[in-house]
Amino acid sequence: MDAIVLQILNGLDKGSAYALIALGLTLIFGTLGVVNFAHGALFMIGAFCAVTMQRLLSLSHTVIDPTQTDFLGNPLQTKVPYLASVFGAEGATSLIAWSVPLSIILVIPVMLFVGWAMERGLIKHFYKRPHADQILVTFGLAIVLQEIIRAVYGANPIQSPAPPMFSGSVDLGTYIGFQANAVVYPIWRLVYFGFSAIIIAAVFAFLQFTTFGMVVRAGMADRETVGMLGIDIDKRFTLMFGLAAAVAGLAGAMYAPIVSPNYHMGMDFLVLSFVVVVVGGMGSLPGAVLAGFMLGILQGFASMNEVKAILPGIDQIVIYLVAIIILLTRPRGLMGRAGVMED
Amino acid sequence: MLGLTRKDFTLLLVVVALTLLAPIILNPFPVSSSLGQSFNAGYPALLQRFAIFGILVIGFNILFGLTGYLSFGHAAFLGVGSYAAVWMFKLLSYNIVPAILLSVIVAGLFSIVIGYVSLRRSGIYFSILTLAFAQMSYALAYSVLTPLTNGETGLQVYASDPQILAGAGAPSAPHFFGLPMASSTTLNMGGWAFTFEVGYYLCALMLIAAFYLSIRIFRSPFGMMLRAIKSNQTRMNYTGLNTKPYMLWAFIISGMYAGLAGGLLAAMDPLTGAERMYWTASGEIVVMAILGGVGTLIGPIVGSGVIKYLENIVSKINENVLHQWFGALPDPIENGLIWLVHPFVGEGWHLTLGLLFMVVVIFLPGGLVQGGQRLAALFNRKSGTVTAADRDAARQKSAE
Repeated sequence: MDAIVLQILNGLDKGSAYALIALGLTLIFGTLGVVNFAHGALFMIGAFCAVTMQRLLSLSHTVIDPTQTDFLGNPLQTKVPYLASVFGAEGATSLIAWSVPLSIILVIPVMLFVGWAMERGLIKHFYKRPHADQILVTFGLAIVLQEIIRAVYGANPIQSPAPPMFSGSVDLGTYIGFQANAVVYPIWRLVYFGFSAIIIAAVFAFLQFTTFGMVVRAGMADRETVGMLGIDIDKRFTLMFGLAAAVAGLAGAMYAPIVSPNYHMGMDFLVLSFVVVVVGGMGSLPGAVLAGFMLGILQGFASMNEVKAILPGIDQIVIYLVAIIILLTRPRGLMGRAGVMED
Repeated sequence: MLGLTRKDFTLLLVVVALTLLAPIILNPFPVSSSLGQSFNAGYPALLQRFAIFGILVIGFNILFGLTGYLSFGHAAFLGVGSYAAVWMFKLLSYNIVPAILLSVIVAGLFSIVIGYVSLRRSGIYFSILTLAFAQMSYALAYSVLTPLTNGETGLQVYASDPQILAGAGAPSAPHFFGLPMASSTTLNMGGWAFTFEVGYYLCALMLIAAFYLSIRIFRSPFGMMLRAIKSNQTRMNYTGLNTKPYMLWAFIISGMYAGLAGGLLAAMDPLTGAERMYWTASGEIVVMAILGGVGTLIGPIVGSGVIKYLENIVSKINENVLHQWFGALPDPIENGLIWLVHPFVGEGWHLTLGLLFMVVVIFLPGGLVQGGQRLAALFNRKSGTVTAADRDAARQKSAE
C-alpha cells in the first residue's frame, strides 16, 4: 500500500510537468491550429530564466577589507552582492536562496514576449501551410533556441537549488498512518505539484470565467463566426500563444531544482509531451491535463521493482506503449473530438 | 538507356561521376595549406558518411517525398541494421556480404511490423506513432535487450566471439572476400594527396545502385500510385483502390534502404550503439531530406552531403583557425569579426544548421534543389522556364 502511494506521488511531479507543457501545446493547437515543436524549447527557456534570476541576484562587486588579510598577507577581498547594500548581508543571502520562486516575476514577462515574438515573427506566416511545414519550422526553431542557450550558458547542467525551507524531504507516510520512513518525499516536488495545480486552475478559470476567455473559446469552436461578429480574434489568439509560452516557461522555471537546467532538457520533454497531447486528444485541454498526470503516474508504477520483475524494461517504454494502444484503438485520444488532424 | 529517359540517364551519369571522383573533387586545396586543412573533405571517413547518409535519405525520400508520410522514427531502422551487421561479424566472420544482406533483411522485417501498425493512421498521428516506436526501440536497446545490444557499451566484436566462417588467416577487420575495407592507395600530385579507399568505393557503388533504384521507383507505376496517394488518398479509396499495400511497400523499401545504410555504417566501423536510434537522429534524417529537396531525385544526396560537410568542416573551425583567417586585418576589426562568427562555428555549428534549416523551410519549401532551379531559371529567363518545384508551389496555392 505504502509503495503504491509512493509511486503515485512519484508520478505526480513528472505528471505535473507533462500536464503543464501539454496544456500549452493544446492551447496553441486549439486556438491557432499550429503544431508547435518548439514548445519544449520554451520550457527550457523558462528553466534558464531561473538560472538567470539566480545570477542577477548574485551580481557582486569586490570589497577590500583592510582590517583582515588573506593567507598571502594581502588585504582580504570579499565579494558582496549589490543586493546587500539594500537588504543587508542576511537579506541578500536569503533572497538569492529564493531565486527560483522569485524567477516567476522574470519568467512571465519574458515568456509572454517570447511567445508574442514567435507568433508574430514566424508562426503567423505558417497558418496556411501544411502541418508538416509547421512541424519542420518549429523543429528548426527549437534547434536554434537550444543552441543559443548553449552558446550563452554552456553545455553543462547548472544547479539551481530550491529555497532552504523547501529543500530536503518530508515523511508523508506518518501523516496518513503508515510507518515512519515508508513514504518519504522531497518537499519541492510537493510544492511543484501544488504550483502546477494552481496554474492549471488559473488557466481554466481564465478561459471559463472571463469575457476574454469566453471569446477565445468561441474562437476555438468557430473562428470565422467570431470574426464576423467584429471581434479581432487574431489579436486574442496571439495573446493565447504568449500565455501558452508563459505556462511552459513557468513549468520550466519551477522544475529547475528537480532537474538541473541543461540545454537539451526541452527536447527530452518535447517528445513525451507530444505523446501526452495525443493520448489526451488533440485540442482538448482537460484531456491534456488528465493524460499528463495519468502518464506520469503510470510511469511511476512501471518503475516499481515488483512490476519490473514481471515485465522487464516496462518503465522505459510504458508511455509509448500506451500512446500506441490509444492511437490504434481510440485515435481521437481520451477526450478529443473525432477527425482532428486526420488529414 | 537502362530503362531511363535521356534526362534521368544524364542525372544518373552525373551522380556516378561525382561519387566516383569525389576523393578528387572534394580535395580542391593542397594538403598542407590552411585552406586545405579547413575545407578539404576528401578523406575516406567523411566520404563514406556522404555516401551512407545519401543512401539513408534517398530511402527516406521514397517514403516522405512520394507519399507525404513524415516518419519521425526512421533512425530505428538504421540502428537495427547496424546491430544485425555487427552480429553477423560476431557469429560468422568479418566478411561484409552476409552482414549487409542480413541488415537489409532485418530492417525490412522490422519495418513490416512498424509500418503495418503505424500506417493505420495518417498525418501527425503517423509521425508520432513512428516516433514512439523508435523511442521504444531505443529505450529497449539500452535496457532489457542488453544481451542483444550490449547496452551502453555498444555492440562490438570481441576476440572470444565464435566467427565460425573465419579461416585461420582471415583479416581482423571488415573485408569483402579478403579485400579489407580500410585498405587504400594514396595518389600524391604536387601538394595534393588523393586517397582512394576500398570502403568508400563500396559505399559509392551502393549509393549509385540505390540512386538508380530510386529513379526507377519514381518513374514506375508504383511511384505514380504513391504520388496519387500523396495528393488525395481519399479519392483513391473512393475509386475502390486499397492504398494500404502500396503505402506498406513504400515504408518497407524505405526501411530497407535505412537498414542498408546501417549495415554499411557497421561495415566501415564494426561497432554500434543505441544512440543511433535516438529520435534526434531521426530528426537529422528529416532535416537532410528537407534541406536537399523533398520529392526530388537528387535532393537527398544534396541534403545529406551539405549537412555532413557542415558537420565535419564547420565544427572543426575553432578560434585559432579564425585568428589565422582574419589575422591580416586590424585588431579591432579582427576581434569584432571573430566575435560575430564564433558562435556559428566549432561547437556552435548546430546553430548554423538550425538557422539554415529554418531559412530553407520558410523560403524554399522545395529545398536547395528548388533554390538551384530558381537560380537557373533566373539566368534563362528569356526562355521562360518554370521549374517543376515552382509549378508544385503554384498548384498548392491554387488548391488553397
